[in-house]
Amino acid sequence: MTVRVQEADFDIGAELDRLTNGNRRIGGLAVFVGLVREMHTRDGLHRERIEALTLEHYPGMTEKALEEIEAEARRRWTLEATLIVHRYGRLEAGDRIVLVAVGSPHRDAAFEACEFLVDWLKTKAPFWKLEETPVGEKWVEAHEGDDAAAARWASKP
Amino acid sequence: MKVRYFAWMKRTVGVAEEEVILPAHVRTVGELVEWLRARSGGHAEALAAGAAFGAAVDQRTATFDVLLADAKEVAFFPPFTGG
Repeated sequence: MTVRVQEADFDIGAELDRLTNGNRRIGGLAVFVGLVREMHTRDGLHRERIEALTLEHYPGMTEKALEEIEAEARRRWTLEATLIVHRYGRLEAGDRIVLVAVGSPHRDAAFEACEFLVDWLKTKAPFWKLEETPVGEKWVEAHEGDDAAAARWASKP
Repeated sequence: MKVRYFAWMKRTVGVAEEEVILPAHVRTVGELVEWLRARSGGHAEALAAGAAFGAAVDQRTATFDVLLADAKEVAFFPPFTGG
């Protein structure tokens, strides 16, 4: 039942301990951790590495959007604990961006709800990635695949 | 009313936010977009008809037919790329 948007890194072990602490009804905890992937851009003949990006967001709306997504997951599945931590600011390849954790009595609900939360937050929470490339900064464009991933939950479960 | 811009739209418009006083004929998000386009070349480019962008009214995602009513804040932004 927690949503946090922060610049600082998070400690996965500490976050999960806090999430499940004292709740003996949780039988399964599904966790997704998103990392900044090292990517490459092609500039003419040169293939250059993108080693960092800056995440911009819309303070206020971001928290509301994440809370709505979390509430929707709770309507769809029986969940004992949910946690979304999303970072903003400058991040380098290998850095953690997002943590989504879902605890439920049974693993099916935990797995499904975790995937749902990740799919929906990618398309419904106001974050934008600005990549640092060797030839300058470049805004990341939305992927059609992300929209498709979010859309498949439209009528489920 | 406050109008805010995010990501590349902020750079194209040239400001992150601005206060505007709406004329009576601007009642929806779509009408606001049309009205804002006339403010500068940057506005016209960022809010161009073919540009891919969305809007929020008082921090909730809104389609262009949504009425502004007594909205305090309207935001424009490109498709989200978080996660």
